[in-house]
Amino acid sequence: MFGFLVRRIVQSVFVMLAVALIAFMMFRFMGDPVNSMVSENASVAEREEVRARLGLDQPLYVQYARFVTRAAQGDFGLSWRNARPVSTLLAERFPATAELVLVAAGLSLVLGIPLGILTALRPRALSTQTLQFISLVGISLPTFVTGILLILTFSVWLGWLPSFGRGTVVDVGWWSTGFLTTTGLKALILPSVMLCLFQLTLIMRLVRAEMMEVLRTDYIKFARARGLSDRAIHFHHALRNTLIPVITIFGLQLGGLIAFAIITETVFQWPGMGALFIQAVSFGDVPVMAAYLVLVSLIFVTINTIVDLLYVVLDPRLRVDGARGAH
Amino acid sequence: MATPTPASAPPRPAPAGLIARALSGDVAWSFRHSWSARISALVLLILFAAAILAPWLANQNPYDIGELSLFDSELPPAWAEGGDARYWLGTDTLARDVYSSILYGLRLSLIVGFASVALAAVVGISLGLLGGFVGGIVDAAIMRFADVLLSFPTILVALLVNGIMRGALPPAQHQQAAIWVLILAIGLTNWVQYARTVRSSTMVERNKEYVQAARINGVSRAGIMVSHILPNVLGPVLVIATINLGMAVLTEATLSFLGVGMPATQPSLGTLIRIGNEYLFSGIWWVVIFPSVVLVALVLAVNLLGDWLRDALNPKLR
Repeated sequence: MFGFLVRRIVQSVFVMLAVALIAFMMFRFMGDPVNSMVSENASVAEREEVRARLGLDQPLYVQYARFVTRAAQGDFGLSWRNARPVSTLLAERFPATAELVLVAAGLSLVLGIPLGILTALRPRALSTQTLQFISLVGISLPTFVTGILLILTFSVWLGWLPSFGRGTVVDVGWWSTGFLTTTGLKALILPSVMLCLFQLTLIMRLVRAEMMEVLRTDYIKFARARGLSDRAIHFHHALRNTLIPVITIFGLQLGGLIAFAIITETVFQWPGMGALFIQAVSFGDVPVMAAYLVLVSLIFVTINTIVDLLYVVLDPRLRVDGARGAH
Repeated sequence: MATPTPASAPPRPAPAGLIARALSGDVAWSFRHSWSARISALVLLILFAAAILAPWLANQNPYDIGELSLFDSELPPAWAEGGDARYWLGTDTLARDVYSSILYGLRLSLIVGFASVALAAVVGISLGLLGGFVGGIVDAAIMRFADVLLSFPTILVALLVNGIMRGALPPAQHQQAAIWVLILAIGLTNWVQYARTVRSSTMVERNKEYVQAARINGVSRAGIMVSHILPNVLGPVLVIATINLGMAVLTEATLSFLGVGMPATQPSLGTLIRIGNEYLFSGIWWVVIFPSVVLVALVLAVNLLGDWLRDALNPKLR
């Protein structure tokens, strides 16, 4: 177990270094920063002086090492667009995205697993076929079209829910939360529904497929032969084995949620990191893009590592193999 | 190795086999018996025709400001109250005919879609062929890079490539270069699937007897790769390309919707939806709904046809 943990963490560090290299290369790609810092008729000597002050005269690997050291401390320099520290910009926007993604992820689990079980247990019922059809349509609709339809229905025509912003937020330390006010909670509904829809259908289909597979196995037949109740078989015996692949997919898709939050945040003018990133892309604001890339990758890599470790904790077979391997 | 190949008759390359199979009726039979394939093919045929014939089918040229008259802005569809018979699907806030803009937008969406699929296929097939045939460190480098790329969501990678190119170009050129930036961003994001598929079939093919025969005959490595192995690994690429077209169109629409794709002066379907979205609260629903319907129909039809093609070309599933 310990060896596995170490191996996994070393691997993650290498991925992060590769991502940092891409982020570093982005700065190199975008022309010479000295040009934008000195006046047009600066002499060669002045240019060299600025270059030396910024450390741009040193070999690339020294610059890369310095970039990584700074990035590890959360320092990505100033945004080219509004000259504020990138780390401050991201920290301001982080709570909005985090709350949106967490609520969407929660919704997809809370709704997806029961719906998956329901459709697996009654494969021929009308409710199952309706749900399957709805999920097919839901997967085929581009997410931003879904969002627009939600706004059109619930904000424009029915007028029930707000269509933009976070409502009133309360500051808890540096974290601004929308969970504590009615308007904040109401503002969360449409964006999180839009964001979770794809995830929800995916989890529902996965649980359904896994559950139907498990229900055909011998140990379920044996449990039936022992005369156990349907309830005990379905929830105690079958569901447990169904959930392991669900955890993997859920973990991997959590990263996807953060990426798709970019679209949701644009549709609902949600003041999160994704909206910040889109602005950076359209203005070619490299420091913000690089910082977003590194931060999101860090979240991805962390989630993937945790999922891998959870796997070992949840599936006793892997633990036995690991122990044998250690001998 | 198991297939006996007479030395006098080299195996026929896959595309020829594909066409022969189609003509002999296997795939055609499957097509006639799949209603979803026939409906999607019909929808696609109509949409492709509409895109190609856009200048003749459209009632106005939405790029020509001279043709617009601001008195006609924000008109609802022709059948609704206050609609104008000249504008079948209504007009937007700039008095552009929604029906005509959709035709031109569809055209742009399809151009970007096809071009980026072609780019992704060329890059992916080349790298897959190279990695599978040469092996060793070249293969390892390509595949590790592909793994890292694949672990990030497509839309994020496309946004990054897009952002890097925008940063590298002077702002004055953003509008003209938009279509090329999109094609490159989407194409360079989607090559991994081709590379993986082609690589695995290349690794099987390179040990077969006809390759050894070519090698004994003194054909160069590049020659073997291009004229002997390539035709035999192209089969599955067709299926990937079809499914990828749907993805590419969707990615283009998403980027344009986010405001980093086609500019408002040259709108694709995604741009039209973005423009419509800005006026949602004025009750002008037609500007956003009709382009969305066309986009969804296009993507759905491509995906259904791709699913069918995958099953029809894979004899194991029949």
